[in-house]
Amino acid sequence: MRPLTELETKTFFEKLAKYIGRNITHLIDRGDETYCFRLHRDRVYYVSESVMRKATSVGRDQLISLGICFGKFTKTGKFRMHVTCLEYIAQYAKHKVWIKPNGEMPFLYGNHVVKAHIGRVTEDTPEHQGVIVYSMTDVPLGFGVTARSTSDTRKMEPTAIVVFHQADIGEYLRQEDTLF
Amino acid sequence: MAGRPAPKKGANKAASPAQTNNNKRKSNPSKEPSSKKAKVAPVAAKGGKKSAKAAAPQDDSEDDESWAYGAVSGSDDSEIEEMDDEFVSAEEGSDIEVGALNDDFLGDEFAESDEESKGPGAAMFGSDDEDEEGQGEEEDEEDIFASNSEDDSDEDDMEAKSRKLDAAAQAEAEEAEAEMQTNIMLESDKYVLPGDDHEILQSTDLQVVQARIQEIVRVLNNFRDMREGNRSRNDYISQLLKDLCLYYGYNEYLMEKLFYIFPVSEAIEFFEANEVPRPVTIRTNTLKTRRRELAQSLINRGVNLDPVGKWSKVGLQVFDSPVPIGATPEYLAGHYMLQAASSFLPVMALAPQEHERVLDMASAPGGKSTYIAALLKNTGMVFANDANKDRTKSLVANIHRLGVKNAVVCNYDGREFPGVIGGFDRVLLDAPCSGTGVISKDASVKTNKSEQDFQMLSQLQKQLILAAIDSVDAGSKTGGYIVYSTCSVTVDENEDVVNYALKKRPNVKLVSTGLDFGKEGFTRFREKVFHPSISLTRRYYPHMHNMDGFYVAKFKKVSNKIPKKEDNVDLDEEEEFTPIVEEATKRNRGGKKSPGAAAKAVEEVEQIGFNANEDEELIRASQAKLLQTQKGIKLRPKKSA
Repeated sequence: MRPLTELETKTFFEKLAKYIGRNITHLIDRGDETYCFRLHRDRVYYVSESVMRKATSVGRDQLISLGICFGKFTKTGKFRMHVTCLEYIAQYAKHKVWIKPNGEMPFLYGNHVVKAHIGRVTEDTPEHQGVIVYSMTDVPLGFGVTARSTSDTRKMEPTAIVVFHQADIGEYLRQEDTLF
Repeated sequence: MAGRPAPKKGANKAASPAQTNNNKRKSNPSKEPSSKKAKVAPVAAKGGKKSAKAAAPQDDSEDDESWAYGAVSGSDDSEIEEMDDEFVSAEEGSDIEVGALNDDFLGDEFAESDEESKGPGAAMFGSDDEDEEGQGEEEDEEDIFASNSEDDSDEDDMEAKSRKLDAAAQAEAEEAEAEMQTNIMLESDKYVLPGDDHEILQSTDLQVVQARIQEIVRVLNNFRDMREGNRSRNDYISQLLKDLCLYYGYNEYLMEKLFYIFPVSEAIEFFEANEVPRPVTIRTNTLKTRRRELAQSLINRGVNLDPVGKWSKVGLQVFDSPVPIGATPEYLAGHYMLQAASSFLPVMALAPQEHERVLDMASAPGGKSTYIAALLKNTGMVFANDANKDRTKSLVANIHRLGVKNAVVCNYDGREFPGVIGGFDRVLLDAPCSGTGVISKDASVKTNKSEQDFQMLSQLQKQLILAAIDSVDAGSKTGGYIVYSTCSVTVDENEDVVNYALKKRPNVKLVSTGLDFGKEGFTRFREKVFHPSISLTRRYYPHMHNMDGFYVAKFKKVSNKIPKKEDNVDLDEEEEFTPIVEEATKRNRGGKKSPGAAAKAVEEVEQIGFNANEDEELIRASQAKLLQTQKGIKLRPKKSA
């Protein structure tokens, strides 16, 4: 467990900014407690400092996880966000997509979101923008990347993909072994 | 009467035959129509033979049964008196006779009972007028009529005789009937335990076994009245245990262990309850939603559910669901956790307060840890430890899914605490156990647990509970509590462990679990006597509370110092545990430091006249020879060469 290096921080924040933009500052400067990002075995954890300090007494081999895992660095040095960070990024997300109940299950099985399933979309979402996918009852289901801007979407066919799938909460079941 | 001189009987008899025949003739006219005779005769003949048998001993043994003759012969003076005597004796006689008959009869009693409908007297006399009667019958009649051989008046004699016979026959018939009833009673009330040669019975089908189980349970429940003869309770119980093993498929060791925890009929209920799955329960994750909202959204999915009970505000019981309850969007979003009702209990007993630091020593898959975090409302912190690395995956997954932000997951052996980190406000130890409380979930427990497993487990549990106690900071303002729980019902893993902890750590005491239901822990069990405060612990049973078998004990740590006396005990304990190691090291040491001694030993051996090398050669040669004689075996020398 160690703090992120500058390069790592840059890659990580760039990725994160795709979803929550400048709201990253809200994650770092919190009113209640100081939180920090810590790297442990390629994974980035977001954890309060008090918990982190206590966790230092756990050996590296024995420490499995602390706080919330945001994602991991791949072997090529890129950062890959995990669905586990959904709660935080949903909180600060700028662009959102709501999908209809009949689109929930297809998305939770790892499929992209097609136009027919879209219930609502944040206005002015540009192309290739990270979006959070919600159910119509405002339960965050995952996140993805828009295939087209909101205005372009209007002209598309119902079966066309609007949001590319990045992560969904179905992964808790599907990828339990590899995710953690 | 027994004292009356019997020899007279012989005289009576000798005098009787002629009279008897007379009597027969006389009695005949008063007899029933001949059409019935044929029917009755065979039966009576049987009866006659039987009574002959019964009577036979009378002649030889001259014991109590000679009453009739004695009574008559002794009372020559007054007829009335004699009559009275006769009546009395007739009744008594019938008793005895029937008693004797019973011994012989058994098989024929039904035939005998038929007589009742045809008139007892007729039956009796029916045999008299047949000329082809057997000798035995003659004797029989002799016996009956001999008592009257000295009567003066034939008329009175006949009347008396017929009355006596009537009475006798009626009594006999009644007796037979009564016996029939007692036979039914015997079958139903007094269960006859199969003998030792019942190995064949063992393999019979389950219905028979079940019936036998029920019978034995009934006998055991009212042992004094229902037991058969002088069979001991153990006879019944050992048979019952065998049957239960067969019927429910437990191994004998476990069966015995579980059986003695309960009263007999409760034990059966317990085993029966283990065959039925417990209701599916879910726990609302209060970090993300509220129970009412969750219930609403699940009901919208067509799930049929209800609150689990008054004792929990977060539990929901799922009756049926058209969708898999472990894969709904709500589940994936972490709104609830699939969790047995019983595993709410230890966390409720632990009652963590906000801003506390809590350790869950054996936490996977995280049902209790996440519940603790929910009660902490994501303040403070939760140390979720599990010794099994593979299981930590599901633990981490659940922690993330339920949005627990203050958890640290680590992979230590629980016994390493507090070496890793101590000073916790509360510790939950849901110890690894045999799982005898969750047999309905995992039936493999029935067969795969042996005595060694139990020993190993309780040893581990004892070590863990001490580690748990030591990890707690008694000075904590809000806490200082330890909760010990298992999903097992055996005493070895529960009361015994708690008792051990109380003994080894006098700085803890048991406190009320705060759970208002459940059975009190045992303060004594079979030969063991535990600390009286163990009644504060709680037991939960599948047949009683409709949740998994469970045990919860809550300690309060009073001080961080282990009293002085304790240290000694600890030392003792170490000594207790180490001897094997010591011996081993001694042996090693011995081996290391004394090559000379070894050499000496070899010398000695040589002196005696054994040469190990020579012997080895010889042995190898003979082995090779042996192998050569056998087909299909390649010789080792080739390989080695």
